[in-house]
Amino acid sequence: MKKAQFNSRWMPYALLMPQMAIIGIFFLWPAAEAIRSSFYLEDPFFGTGTFVGFENYSNVLTDPNYRRSAVFTAAFTLTVVFVSLGLGLLFAVSADRVLRGQQTYKTLLMWVYAIAPPVAGLIGVMLFDQHIGPLTDAAAAIGWNLQIGVDYWDTAVAITVVSAWKQIPYNFIFFLSALQSIPSSVKEAAAIDCRSETRRFWTVTFPLLAPMTFFLMILNTTYALFETFGTVDLMVQDQPGNSPVTLVYKVYRDGFRGNDLGGSAAQSVILMVLVLVLTIAQFRLIERRVHYS
Amino acid sequence: MTTLRIRDAVKRYPNGVEAVKGVSVDVGDGELVVFVGPSGCGKSTLLRMVAGLEEVTEGEIELSGRVVNALEPADRNIAMVFQNYALYPHMTVRGNLAYGLRNRGTPKPEIAAKVEEAARMLQIAEFLDRRPSQLSGGQRQRVAMGRAIVRDPAIFLFDEPLSNLDAKLRNQMRLEIKKLQRRLGRAAIYVTHDQVEAMTLADRIVVLNGGRIEQVGTPTEVYSRPASTFVASFIGAPPMNLVDAQLDDDGLQVAGQVVAHDSAHRGPVTLGIRPERAHLVAGGAGLDIEVAVVEELGAHRLIHAHLGGHEVTVAQSADEPVPAGRMVLSFRPEDLHLFDRGTGVRI
Ligand SMILES: Nc1ncnc2c1ncn2[C@@H]1O[C@H](COP(=O)(O)OP(=O)(O)OP(=O)(O)O)[C@@H](O)[C@H]1O
Ligand SMILES: [Mg+2]
Repeated sequence: MKKAQFNSRWMPYALLMPQMAIIGIFFLWPAAEAIRSSFYLEDPFFGTGTFVGFENYSNVLTDPNYRRSAVFTAAFTLTVVFVSLGLGLLFAVSADRVLRGQQTYKTLLMWVYAIAPPVAGLIGVMLFDQHIGPLTDAAAAIGWNLQIGVDYWDTAVAITVVSAWKQIPYNFIFFLSALQSIPSSVKEAAAIDCRSETRRFWTVTFPLLAPMTFFLMILNTTYALFETFGTVDLMVQDQPGNSPVTLVYKVYRDGFRGNDLGGSAAQSVILMVLVLVLTIAQFRLIERRVHYS
Repeated sequence: MTTLRIRDAVKRYPNGVEAVKGVSVDVGDGELVVFVGPSGCGKSTLLRMVAGLEEVTEGEIELSGRVVNALEPADRNIAMVFQNYALYPHMTVRGNLAYGLRNRGTPKPEIAAKVEEAARMLQIAEFLDRRPSQLSGGQRQRVAMGRAIVRDPAIFLFDEPLSNLDAKLRNQMRLEIKKLQRRLGRAAIYVTHDQVEAMTLADRIVVLNGGRIEQVGTPTEVYSRPASTFVASFIGAPPMNLVDAQLDDDGLQVAGQVVAHDSAHRGPVTLGIRPERAHLVAGGAGLDIEVAVVEELGAHRLIHAHLGGHEVTVAQSADEPVPAGRMVLSFRPEDLHLFDRGTGVRI
């Protein structure tokens, strides 16, 4: 690469400033503030705080509600990732097969992807609406009285279904493009080598999709953990008290509703560590992806 | 005995393209048949119909005495080597070789033995635990061959297997493929658009053009008695000289000159003569010709000359004196080829 020469040695730093300022103001400062707050007992009304050391952390980690929420988040994340990846792959494989001759199926599934995520979330919520939701009606028809926002399990099911549903088109598109990038001659060689189509899928196609699956797994995990906030908020319908909530939602609820800023900060620091671990894992996996090509 | 019989095979693609328009070919036991023709003539399509990768629109494919039209590729007892090798990128070389056998339920010790043997034959034993991405093009080519060999198929199908290799490696592999095929004694179809590959490899050549067979024959037959102007210009390098001529009672009229000829045919014809069968002499019987350009190629040279409005190429040994100016093109009468001017068919 060509080296650019600056007249002043301060010029490069000046050019970097805006970017650095943005990172500082929007990422580093809040993170530092969260870490600082997590060691204080904050008074929400007068802005004064008392240093309490690790007390916020020990409170959080021994709180049965926090543990309940953590268990729910783990189960929720696993289910969302598994279901949305599974269905995304299933649709992609079917679309890949149908594609010979017709584009329609693919386009239909892509449309869903074009809907803005909040809108999709709202549609999902409407499907479960107490009064007009067709899914609620359907459940009622088989004798299941769905009470979203009231019953813990009903709410958990609804949050999981809507969250997974929103992610399917995304996974579909990635899987489809990965499927179509498998050289047709490799598929043909496999067709000569193996008569069972199912076996061919699991021994050739699926391993070739593995790098994409890893990548989507990380992406979907991050999604389920952090980006389902809106869905959860819509579903619990202002009654988060005994509803299942994700850890991210709990940070918001304890901090802004419960006015426990210190505890909330401690929770977000724990989440930050989680993100860090996930990001490192993601980079590791992306590096590993390279070796197939 | 015949290993493969193709009967009136027709392939129409869903978009209406008729890639193969009624082709019948037999491949005998242990015979190496080369399909050759220009790009788009349907040779890959025909090969893929034999493999079961394309459905047969009309006609029959009969392999080892049974019609296989409705059989899956895996049930046809064939092995194919693809142009881009089509190795499984996530498996080691050993895995690539063993995959087909494992799926057929071959016992493990037998698989191991077959893989070892193929690897030894192809000199890839030291790469068995590598992945395809860690191999050179030539090594990948060998692995693809190995994958075909371990299947022990009734017939090998090659679709331009050497076209991704450099010229030197291509010549070397070409010879090796021929040796292997002889050693294994299995029938094979080899698709190429390279006439040198076709001539050197084939027991029999099938020349295809526009989805139809132009000629079937041994390399010698195809070279010395091309069935049409198409075959004449496709087989042999540099290609046969083709010149408009007229047959009448005096003989052959070429560019205002007359050459004696005993053909009973009358009318407009295309006269063909191979560059390496024509000679340039200072005087005597033949056609007067004007030398234009001389290309030196080391062992021999190409002389481009004008004969009336036509350009004619003559190949000669570099030992001969370099010709220049007005010369006489001489040839033996039996080295002349005559084709119908309208249809291009040999007379
Ligand atoms: N899947 C397809 N759908 C429609 N037409 C096709 C398809 N595959 C090939 N064709 C057409 O059929 C004809 C023969 O194709 P084919 O691949 O057999 O040519 P080829 O002789 O192998 O040429 P090449 O030397 O370039 O490989 C071509 O005109 C091609 O455009
Ligand atoms: Mg081809």
